[in-house]
Amino acid sequence: MNPRWLTAKGVARRRFLCGSGALTAALAHSPPLFAEASSNPPTRDRQVTTNPGAAVRVRLNVNGHQYDLMLEPRVTLLDALREHIGLSGTKKGCDRGQCGACTVLVNDQRINACLALAVAHEGDRIRTVEGLGDATALDPVQAAFIAHDGFQCGYCTPGQICSAVAMLEEARRDTVSAATPDVRRKGPVELTDAEIRERMSGNLCRCGAYAGIVAALRDAAGRRA
Amino acid sequence: MRAFDYVRVKRVDDAIAALADPDTRCLAGGTNLLDLMKGYVVQPTRLVDITRLPLAGIRVLPDGGVRIGALVSNTDLANDRTIRERYPLLSQALVAGASPQLRNMATVGGNLLQRTRCHYFTDVAFAACNKRTPGAGCAAREGANRIHAILGASEQCIAVHPSDMCVALAALDAVVEAQSRSGTRRIPMSEFHRLPGTTPERDTELRRDELITAVTLPPSTFADHSHYLKVRDRASYAFALVSVAAALEMAGDRVRDARIVLGGVAHRPWRAVGAEKALVGQVLDEAALAAAGAAATDGARPYRDNAFKVTLAQRAVVRALRDAART
Repeated sequence: MNPRWLTAKGVARRRFLCGSGALTAALAHSPPLFAEASSNPPTRDRQVTTNPGAAVRVRLNVNGHQYDLMLEPRVTLLDALREHIGLSGTKKGCDRGQCGACTVLVNDQRINACLALAVAHEGDRIRTVEGLGDATALDPVQAAFIAHDGFQCGYCTPGQICSAVAMLEEARRDTVSAATPDVRRKGPVELTDAEIRERMSGNLCRCGAYAGIVAALRDAAGRRA
Repeated sequence: MRAFDYVRVKRVDDAIAALADPDTRCLAGGTNLLDLMKGYVVQPTRLVDITRLPLAGIRVLPDGGVRIGALVSNTDLANDRTIRERYPLLSQALVAGASPQLRNMATVGGNLLQRTRCHYFTDVAFAACNKRTPGAGCAAREGANRIHAILGASEQCIAVHPSDMCVALAALDAVVEAQSRSGTRRIPMSEFHRLPGTTPERDTELRRDELITAVTLPPSTFADHSHYLKVRDRASYAFALVSVAAALEMAGDRVRDARIVLGGVAHRPWRAVGAEKALVGQVLDEAALAAAGAAATDGARPYRDNAFKVTLAQRAVVRALRDAART
């Protein structure tokens, strides 16, 4: 273990884990899982594979980068991101579409990556928490989560943040929610606390940091208005 | 999840051709299908990805009705300007369901084909489920049946249909369009979902070789007086214990026409025809509302844990009608 990692400012837990024994050994024995884009684009009209479950070539566009992967059709977008591309910011919570920890943006819309097949998202623009900002240039939603303590353990946070980025954009586009008093009325959405809570209801937080999350989004909504 | 073949199609004919294989399922939003596949409840050997089919449009028809493509997402349908103005009941029902993430993925066609969330159906650890395995029995009848049916159930199955959208579509007299090699069929919502009877494995009248291509709505007569009320265990992101789609056409202070459809109480959206008839010509006073509520649960038969749903449904009908009249 390299002691530098323990003293480095802002040390990444992921970097620590990836550098520790077990995972390194496992990865070392895995076949190469991806490579940067090559010259043969996959066909958009797929033929039936002859061997059920056999891996097929899948090209994904994630955070502006292209990844050519060999994936079984049953691999979810969530597992493709985490296990095959190595973007572990997107979290696996329930893996059944109930908790929202896996929320990513596909063509600017928030979805649950655990209930999506990677192979079905060829040609789509996928954005994960890693694509929103970094320590030197935070997305305003990330900054607001820090300013308002919008988390405790942090496990649901990437999903909360991706969800919130889309939520603010949806509100700007005058979309309705179950908290909208009159769906027939046109005009800008007023992001009351009730609206924020309803529009973020697809993201659960077991620590119960909801008060901080609502405060962060009230703040972020005001700044973006 | 078991391994499967994946094929992507761009033409409706190719999707229909693929459905000739009985172990093939269509993949649209995937929010229900992939969940069931992860739980080994459904195990297709091949998925046909239909998300690239040209079925994602909403268009106003010459008669003033609307045609909604089967692949329109729940989000896009709820926010469509025509739907919000002319069919606010449908917008309300859509945003009452699931979460924003799921609504972005889920489609109209998939929502129509949603499977029940009966605990015993969705967990293969329980062997006794006639819907999963015909003839295996029904664990829910003597089990934890708080969320189950109070109307239209059978010895074989007491599951409820989970959709909110379908409850509104039933109230709005929607028609489902289904295409197969033998042509296009138009199935009214009132006939689309089935009661369980002795064949609970069949949720709908859709045949295995048919693809839902669209849903049509007749011109709206209920836009001014409608309300979708959903009662559930949490304030959001939960299935209905009871829901009510109430739609009224008023003539002055009297009811000219009414639709009352309940969700969460039966194997299909439960149209309360008796309650509707009781309201026609009436002024909506307390007596008329209470009579409609009582009529809506006519024939109710609760099980061990869900007797509360009878009273809840009656009160929900009263409140939904009151809110519909006020809008």
